[in-house]
Amino acid sequence: MVVALILVLVAVGSVAFHLLSPWWWTPIASNWSYIDHTIIITFWITGVVFVAIILFMAYCVFRYRYRKDRRAEYEPENKKMEWWLTGLTSVGVAAMLAPGLFVWNQFVSVPEDAAKIEVVGEQWQWSFRYPGKDGVLGTTDPRNITPENPFGLNPNDPKGQDDVLVQGPEARLPLDKPVKVLLRAKDVLHDFYVPQFRAKMDLVPGMITYFWITPTRTGTFDVLCAELCGLGHHVMRGKVVVEPESEFQAWLQEQPTFAQSLARAGTGTPDINLASSEGGSEPLERLLK
Amino acid sequence: MAHAAHAETAYVPPAEVPDVELYHPKTFLGKYIWCQDAKVIAIQYAITATAIGLVALVLSWLMRLQLGFPESFSFIDESSYYQFITMHGMIMVIYLLTALFLGGFGNYLIPLMVGARDMVFPYVNMLSYWVYLAAVLVLVASFFAPGGPTGAGWTLYPPQAILQGTPGSGWGIILMLASLALFIIGFTMGGLNYVVTVLQARTRGMTLLRMPLTVWGIFVATILALLAFPALFVGSVMMMLDRLLGTSFFMPAIVEMGERLQYNGGSPLLFQHLFWFFGHPEVYIVALPAFGIVSDLISTHARRNIFGYRMMVWAIVAIGGLSFIVWAHHMYVSGMNPYFGFFFATTTLIIAVPTALKVYNWVLTLWRGNIHLTLPMLFSLAFIITFVNGGITGLFLGNVVVDVPLSDTMFVVAHFHMVMGVAPILVIFGAIYHWYPLITGRMLNEAMGRFHFWVTFLGAYAIYLPMHYLGFLGVPRRYYEMGETMFVPESAHFLNAGMSVVALIVGFAQMVFLFNLAWSAFKGREAGRNPWRATTLEWQTHESPPGHGNWGPALPVVYRWAYAYGVPGAAQDFVPQNLPPDRVATAADVDHEGVRGVAVQPAE
Repeated sequence: MVVALILVLVAVGSVAFHLLSPWWWTPIASNWSYIDHTIIITFWITGVVFVAIILFMAYCVFRYRYRKDRRAEYEPENKKMEWWLTGLTSVGVAAMLAPGLFVWNQFVSVPEDAAKIEVVGEQWQWSFRYPGKDGVLGTTDPRNITPENPFGLNPNDPKGQDDVLVQGPEARLPLDKPVKVLLRAKDVLHDFYVPQFRAKMDLVPGMITYFWITPTRTGTFDVLCAELCGLGHHVMRGKVVVEPESEFQAWLQEQPTFAQSLARAGTGTPDINLASSEGGSEPLERLLK
Repeated sequence: MAHAAHAETAYVPPAEVPDVELYHPKTFLGKYIWCQDAKVIAIQYAITATAIGLVALVLSWLMRLQLGFPESFSFIDESSYYQFITMHGMIMVIYLLTALFLGGFGNYLIPLMVGARDMVFPYVNMLSYWVYLAAVLVLVASFFAPGGPTGAGWTLYPPQAILQGTPGSGWGIILMLASLALFIIGFTMGGLNYVVTVLQARTRGMTLLRMPLTVWGIFVATILALLAFPALFVGSVMMMLDRLLGTSFFMPAIVEMGERLQYNGGSPLLFQHLFWFFGHPEVYIVALPAFGIVSDLISTHARRNIFGYRMMVWAIVAIGGLSFIVWAHHMYVSGMNPYFGFFFATTTLIIAVPTALKVYNWVLTLWRGNIHLTLPMLFSLAFIITFVNGGITGLFLGNVVVDVPLSDTMFVVAHFHMVMGVAPILVIFGAIYHWYPLITGRMLNEAMGRFHFWVTFLGAYAIYLPMHYLGFLGVPRRYYEMGETMFVPESAHFLNAGMSVVALIVGFAQMVFLFNLAWSAFKGREAGRNPWRATTLEWQTHESPPGHGNWGPALPVVYRWAYAYGVPGAAQDFVPQNLPPDRVATAADVDHEGVRGVAVQPAE
């Protein structure tokens, strides 16, 4: 009796916690509300199954508790019931998988007109590159990385000269414009993670990875690293500011291009690699020692 | 009763199973230390796994202290925190769960349950344990090595695992990889034994479809392990070469802290594929023995045949097979080709069907049963709840697009702790309460057991259920401290502190359990023969607890499946597998004396 009651309380308590607790996802700021919808579908289907199984178990524990004069029913198999259960489960699984794959198809299909931004990760800071006026990101190679050229751009690639380099912890994105986020790591795995965007992806040294989003809400959002990258993993932070197109363009104009930063480095004012320390917090500096 | 597999007195093959010449220990050392008896090896495995598991428990306390009360403990810095999580994960998954289920329960139960005198290769079996012990010692040595153990996370992803920015990138990672290689060598020796014993040493009448599900679970899990561990082995060797000889299997061109390293051309993703080709089957290497054991516990303590036995067997086999084509669901956001997502999401969700069937059949075994709420039964009920909960969140993470926001958050931590931490460990506890009387001849103390059960089950549930919601919130895993964010409310820190307090309490309850194990070995109530009135062979031995060679002068002969509980017409509510049909007492016989061959004991 007591055990059956506790089982019921576990089921009821889990549902109550789900409904009443203050901890739920952060308000979305991108086009991936489809993902949230798929989660809701999954919650309903699995929630019903979870509660049904526990309540049935509680019923059995109560109804078929040990009695000296009772014998369990001897029924090795019930083919019909087993096939019914298999069928129903398959339907439930399909009902979750189908919308999931449907949305995944959107996730992997980057719009043709998506703007590009490159995110570069290294222990333990973020930097960003925009393609400049030609709309094309110049080629890079880790062998080109020097204090003057921290992005490792190919100095001989004309397409890279106008690339806009942001060596700080803050990126900006225009509102309501699809953007393909290209990801590159210099040293170890990282993961570009903005909880409000829902989308995230690892940065892998030796390859370029990507995902796409359309920011749908202005504001400033935290950038976190979501793939363990060493001692400073938890302090590898940045910010993304989503703002209207005009403000974004005005900001972009102020940032140095690759050609400008090289020229400045040549005159002995390599400000771009010093800028990185702005993002450093106290613990990061302690770790780097 | 029309089904051939379950008929009471089905055909018994005439062939005699040849008896074997046993190793006979002559000295104390030969009997208890360098022992070739699978039962002793099982105890050795279990004690070693428990000892190293205690280290993992303490590590979990330390990390919970840091998560619940950041900036309060000066002895936990970033380095040690990442070392704690890494070693906790690795110890729990490999050195505790794998070793205890296969090396512990496998060794003890396989020969007894299939009616063999011992494993088929006792000497190799003994070596298996000693190599495992060496692996554990090498692992422990890394705690004392310069720089401490590795802090690369239990997944050991390169390049990070072997670079300066990670704690233990010197001795720590080298010892870790060496220990893993040793573990796999040791396991392979044991694993070959388990498989060959099941296939070749079953006693007369013990057909495959009469084996208890415990044996099926351990058998299929061992096959998985034999196929999956080599991927981890080569991964470890290749990373060791990258670290020591400067090869570039997993290392592309890298600029570390502004300095260009000599690596070039390798692929970090290659390691992830190797790791998860092992790592996903590993989930089922732990889960399948738990599935099998819990089936037997539920059936025995509900006094009812397991529901849908053949479906249960095929589900174990199907899950085992499918587990080899789902590995990349751990890598949806790893940067691999995103089109893989379609395939791996589909295979992953398909695996939910046989798994759900198993859950239904456990619950349907309770239905119309005659349920004794013994400790093994309580743990089994708790297993079903936590396993269903963890399985359900697996449907979130397996469905590729849902995984994207949740991956690498506390949701993942909550999911895998619920499904492959809490759930299998509850089965381990249930199994220990169930088989302790067989091993020691005494019952575990009931009061301590009930305290242990309620605190462990409700406590663990109270830790991991809320943890999922931190993941929804967006709290990433493997964070030394959350620091300042704009999206984590103050209340989440309060929740974290609460979970930490509960974790300390649950950990304390395990001390009560360990005390119970020691105390009851001397002071426990005498168990007598077959205290649970079970049908399976391990309870029907010549002497109890079973002696060397298990069966006395003659091997048992098996006449029926393992689930003859509540058979209509039989005098008792269970009929042991080896009781000849002509000696199964009918209700009419019982009016006379005790029935020969059946352990006649009063019900509790």
